[in-house]
Amino acid sequence: MLLVVEQFLNGLQFGLLLFLLAAGLTLVFGIMDLVNLAHGSLYMMGAYFAATFAAWTGSFLLGALMALGATLVLGIVLEMTALRHLYGRDHLDHVLATFGLILFFNEAVRLIWGPAGLALPLPAWLTVPVPILPGIHYPAYRLAIIVVALLVALLLYLGVMRTRIGMLIRAGASNREMIGALGINIKLLYTLVFGLGAALAGLAGLMQAPILTVQIGMGENILILAFVIIVIGGIGSIRGAFLAAIFVGMIDTLGRAFLPNLLRQVLSGAAASTAAPALSSMLIYLLMAIVLVVRPEGLFPANRR
Amino acid sequence: MKAFTVSKAVTALMLAGLVLLPLYSQLSGNIFILTLFTRIVILALAAASLNLIMGFGGMMSFGHAAYLGIGGYAVGMLAQEGVGSGFIQFPVALAASATYALVIGALSLRTRGVYFIMITLAFAQMAYYVASGLARYGGDDGLTVYKRSDFSGLINLSNRTQFYYLCLACLFAVIVLIWRIANSRFGLVLQGLRSNEQRMQAIGFPAKRYQLVCFVISGTMCGLAGALLANNTDFVSPAVMYWTRSGDLMVMVILGGMGTLFGPVMGAVVFLLLEEFLSQITEYWALIMGPLLLLIVLFGRGGIMGLLGRLNRG
Repeated sequence: MLLVVEQFLNGLQFGLLLFLLAAGLTLVFGIMDLVNLAHGSLYMMGAYFAATFAAWTGSFLLGALMALGATLVLGIVLEMTALRHLYGRDHLDHVLATFGLILFFNEAVRLIWGPAGLALPLPAWLTVPVPILPGIHYPAYRLAIIVVALLVALLLYLGVMRTRIGMLIRAGASNREMIGALGINIKLLYTLVFGLGAALAGLAGLMQAPILTVQIGMGENILILAFVIIVIGGIGSIRGAFLAAIFVGMIDTLGRAFLPNLLRQVLSGAAASTAAPALSSMLIYLLMAIVLVVRPEGLFPANRR
Repeated sequence: MKAFTVSKAVTALMLAGLVLLPLYSQLSGNIFILTLFTRIVILALAAASLNLIMGFGGMMSFGHAAYLGIGGYAVGMLAQEGVGSGFIQFPVALAASATYALVIGALSLRTRGVYFIMITLAFAQMAYYVASGLARYGGDDGLTVYKRSDFSGLINLSNRTQFYYLCLACLFAVIVLIWRIANSRFGLVLQGLRSNEQRMQAIGFPAKRYQLVCFVISGTMCGLAGALLANNTDFVSPAVMYWTRSGDLMVMVILGGMGTLFGPVMGAVVFLLLEEFLSQITEYWALIMGPLLLLIVLFGRGGIMGLLGRLNRG
């Protein structure tokens, strides 16, 4: 029981984290039609910034806030210098150009921070276990991630659904040319959306940093997961990204936790223990393949024509 | 068609260089260059196979490195189990790649555009995790191939020069095959599908079937590259299938010129030499390579072949 609740919450926490990453990716994808592989690099930069700033200021929260600002600025600079010129080009060009950016960021990080990873220590008040149910404790920090991510998701939802900028973003996702024709400053909107996406990726990175070590290439595996999510959810759809992110987070976490035991009931011990890690890593890709075969446009396509 | 163009001259020069390289290596005593170029030729073969689906078929596969791994693991696993004959290893490597291509092609081709890029990527990642889970065959750490494929005295793969020429012969054979395919009725239908799938379907061509066949041919060719690569490095590991590898292959194709016959070879030579050269100057070679890629995408449309073509027009 304890294990189930704990793993369930872990899955939720991981899913929400993935949502932060996927939300920015799906916005950029849906609105600017840009495939940004370097989104994972922004996630990595968020973690590195947080670790550095937290060490400077001696405060976790202050460091996190500064890192958030720094990734926002980095995203805006990146958009204005490089990615802006890729809009309207072939998707293949996007893949290649942003692949180049990944190489650049990984190498830049190695140059600045060195090849060894960094650690981002948590303040004492976030390390205590919190009782969530009678007899069941859960780490405060993971709980904090869930709360912050849910809050951000809510703000994002309200921002996109209830504000003027959100309306423009939605309009942009469904018909790019039209909002330009209506006299909206698309350039500014694009820069803004990209910055927002970068900040969300940075937030995901800095929140994940204390759980994992901050290291080069940390953005790449999770980037592919984020892509899986937006493809499952339907490109450009925030709602789809949210549901798919929770789903993927749960499946991945629960699969890793319980699949070995399940397999052991069907297979012999040795076979199960070799098959289980591979199979649980494959689960989400399998899920994506199934979704794409059944619904090639994802579960919640944004711009249904 | 003009008799002489800059791109033809450069291509001929490059091919002559590839053929004469072992001679140079022998004369100068530089063994390293032969090893380097064996790798280049093998990866050029992989890039050429990717070009068949990307350039001629219009299918943007982001999971092509999976075949490198499948071909390599076929050789490595058979060697581990005591089957050392290349007459068994290579056909098995090709058959395994073809089967994989058939299955994932049939599924992936239901989607298009970005979704196709992503689903091929997802399948390659799955293959990567399967290989990582093969505890009997090294798992994450990879599998050492203690003995290269044995072609019972016909050709000795442990001899550097012979192995190099085998790889080069495979590369040339594949390019000739691609040339024949591209100019056949089959290839013309494929190129028609690339430009306008709906129209081709309206004429009455079963689009998916054509694309699937092309996808399988390409995968099989890349499986050959994988089998050669495992022999070259005497080692195969899941890292061969990692998604950045697929990215590298794509870069080679685009850099050289997508949809041209010799572009991918040129791209592989330039990309890998550049990597080698930059990594000798500075440990942080990717710091230069990354922005360089960005610039090539932004300003160098059509890759090296496109550039040479423009030179010719003046």
